[in-house]
Amino acid sequence: MISTPKVLPHQSPGEPEPTIKIRPPRKWVPVDFHEIWEYRELLYSFVGRDLKVRYKQTALGFLWAIIQPLFLMVVFSLFFGRLVKIPSEGIPYPLFSFAALIPWTLFAEGLTRSTASVLHNAGIMTKVYFPRLIMPISGILSPLVDFAIAFVILLLMMVYYGYVPTIAIVLLPLFVLLALMTSLAVGLWLSATNVKYRDFQYTISFLIQLWLFASPVVYPSSLLPEQYRILYGLNPMAGVIEGFRWALLGTNPPESMILVSVGVVVLLLIGGLFYFKRMEQYFADVV
Amino acid sequence: MILMSGDIAIRVRGLGKKYTIGGPQERFLTFRDIIVNSVKAPFRWLTQKGADQSTNEFWALKDVSFDVYKGEVIGIIGRNGAGKSTLLKILSRITTPTEGDVDIYGRVGSLLEVGTGFHGELTGRENIFLSGSILGMKKAEIEQKFDEIVKFSEIEKFIDTPVKRYSSGMYVRLAFAVAAHMDTEILIVDEVLAVGDAQFQKKCMGKMEDVARVGRTVLFVSHNMAAIQSLCSRCVFIMSGGVYRDGPVRDVIATYLDMVAPAEGVPLVKRIDRSGNGIGQLTALFINGCPDDHISAVCSGDTVRFKLKYKILKPILSPIFYIGIYNNLGTQIVHCNTDIVGLKPGLIRGEGEVICEIPRLPLPPGRYKINVALGEGGGEQIDRVESAALMDVLAGDFYGTGHSSSLNYGICLADHRWRFVDSESSSELL
Repeated sequence: MISTPKVLPHQSPGEPEPTIKIRPPRKWVPVDFHEIWEYRELLYSFVGRDLKVRYKQTALGFLWAIIQPLFLMVVFSLFFGRLVKIPSEGIPYPLFSFAALIPWTLFAEGLTRSTASVLHNAGIMTKVYFPRLIMPISGILSPLVDFAIAFVILLLMMVYYGYVPTIAIVLLPLFVLLALMTSLAVGLWLSATNVKYRDFQYTISFLIQLWLFASPVVYPSSLLPEQYRILYGLNPMAGVIEGFRWALLGTNPPESMILVSVGVVVLLLIGGLFYFKRMEQYFADVV
Repeated sequence: MILMSGDIAIRVRGLGKKYTIGGPQERFLTFRDIIVNSVKAPFRWLTQKGADQSTNEFWALKDVSFDVYKGEVIGIIGRNGAGKSTLLKILSRITTPTEGDVDIYGRVGSLLEVGTGFHGELTGRENIFLSGSILGMKKAEIEQKFDEIVKFSEIEKFIDTPVKRYSSGMYVRLAFAVAAHMDTEILIVDEVLAVGDAQFQKKCMGKMEDVARVGRTVLFVSHNMAAIQSLCSRCVFIMSGGVYRDGPVRDVIATYLDMVAPAEGVPLVKRIDRSGNGIGQLTALFINGCPDDHISAVCSGDTVRFKLKYKILKPILSPIFYIGIYNNLGTQIVHCNTDIVGLKPGLIRGEGEVICEIPRLPLPPGRYKINVALGEGGGEQIDRVESAALMDVLAGDFYGTGHSSSLNYGICLADHRWRFVDSESSSELL
C-alpha cells in the first residue's frame, strides 16, 4: 500500500508571494528590521519580565540598582583616590568615578545579559518562533531602568559638589546610545557563540573586570601619552566614559577619540548582526 | 474536490533535515577545542561545520512533500522518532531544514508545548500577557480576550497569584487557555491535548473542534487516533522520516494501525524508538509467558501476568514501573503503575524483573497494544517504549456466567450488580 511518489508542483508564476518562506541555512542572512519592529511588543514583554523577575523576593528591591555602583565608587575613592592619589582632573574623586561607573554599569550589565540571553530563553526559543535578535536586544534594554535610577543619584551628587553640567549635556543621550550599542555589538558575538560553547558564560565576568581597568573609570584618559589617545578610542567605552565626563563635569572633550570609538562599534555591530543571523539558524539544534 | 492553487496554505517540497549524532560533536564544546581547531583550520568554527565529518549522520526527515489547503484540518501520525516533531519544528520556523523548502501563505501560530514562556515568579495575569506575546499575539488582542481566557482557565480567584503557587492542574489550564485563544490563520498543534484532567481535556477537545469548524487551517500531531479521527479530515502518516501515506483520515489510520502492529516482531531489547534518559532499559516483556515479539493471546476474564525485565546502568532509588494497555484507537484503557498502587520497590540495581498481575482482565475482545515505561520518583523518565508488545484478547467468560464477552460490551468490562426492587414486596435479587 505504499503510495507512489508523486511529483508535486512548485509555486507557479502567477501565485502571490508566500507570507513565510522556509529555506535551508544560508551564509548571509539579511536582518529584517521591519519584522523586529512588528515584534516590538514581545521585546517589551521580555524587558518587562526581566525587570519584574529581577527584584521579586528581594528585601532591598530596586535599591540593588544603585548599591553596586555606589559601593564601587566608595572602594575606588578610598583606594585610588585617597591612597594611590590618582589624578582626577580637579574633580572630587567620588564624582569623577561615579560619572564613569554609571555608563560602565549600563554597558557591563547589558553585555552580561545579552550574552546570556539566548541560553536564558532557550526553553522558549525551542518551542516558538520569534525574531531571535529580540533576545540580545532585550538584554541591553533592561539595565536602562537601573541606569535611570543611578543617574538621579549622580545628579544629586553634582548638586552636592556644586557642579553644573555643560551645554554638551544635550549630547549625553548619544553617549548612552553608544554604550548600549557597544554592549549589543559585543553581546551579539558572545550570545551566539555561547549557545554552543558555554565557555563564555564563565569568561564574561572576567572579561568585564579586565575591560573595566582598560577603560578610564578609575583614572582619566589624560594619563595616557597624547599620541596614544586616539588608539585608546579603539575601546569604545573609553569614548563613552570620557564623553560622559565632558558632558556633565566639563572635562576636556574626547574629540577624535569618540570618532574612533563610533567607528569600532559600527563595525562590530554590523559584523555581529551578520554573525548572529547566520548562527541563529542552528540555535534550536545546538542549544 | 477541485482546489484552486490560490487555496494553498502550506506547500512542502523535498524537505529534509539531517542531524549529526554522537561521536566527536558531543565533545566539541569547549573553547580549547575551538582554539585547537582554529589553528588547524582558522575560522572554520564560525561556520558550524567544524564538527568532524566522520560522525554519524541521521536524516530525521527526507524528501517530504505535501500540500495543505486553506481550511483543512490535517492529522499527522507516526511512531515516536518517525520525524513528526522535526517536521513541526521546521514548519514553525524553530529550526531550519537541511534541504528542500516550505512556502506558507498566512500567519502561523504554533503550540508545541503548553505554557511556553511561563515564568513562575510572575502572576497569572502577567503570564497571560507574557505568554500571549511570545505566541505572537498583540497586546490589544490579549486585552480584548483577557476575560475570556481567564474564564476558560477557571482560575479567576488566583489571577494575581504567582503561578509558582499554582497546582499543576491550574497551571496547565491557564497555559492552555492562553494558547487556545490564538487567532492565526494557520495553527500547528503538537499533542497538547494530553494535559489536565479528563474534564479539562474534553473542554480542550471542544475548543479544538471549534477551531477546526471555523475554517482555519490546522496541523495536528497526536498519538491519539480517536482525537485525530474526530478532528481531522485528512491524515499524513510519517514513517522513518518520509510521508508513508497521505489521504482520508480513516484509510490512513487503518494503514497506520496495520503498520504499527507488526512493529513488533522486533524484540523489545532491540527497539530504538524509545524515549527517556537511557540510564536503564526495559529489556523484555512477557505476557503470560509469551515474549514481546509475538502477539500474545488471552481471554477476557483471565488472569494476565506481565513480566517485565530491566537492566540499569546505575542504581535507581525509587523506580516506578508502568504498563499501559491501549485499544486500537490509541485510547488508554488500563494504566498499571507501581506508584499508584502505593508500591515502593526501594533501590534497584543491575538486572531484574518485575511482575504485574491483573486478576480478571476486564477487556472485551480486540487487539491491544502495551506501552511500558520505567521512571524515577523525581519524575524523570528513564525508558519508555510504545507498542512494546501486542495482545489479542479473545472472547472469554469475564462475568462467570458461561457467556463469552463480545465486541459490543463497551471498551471495558466492569463487575456490576443488579437489584430489583419490587414495588410490593421489595425482594432483592443478588
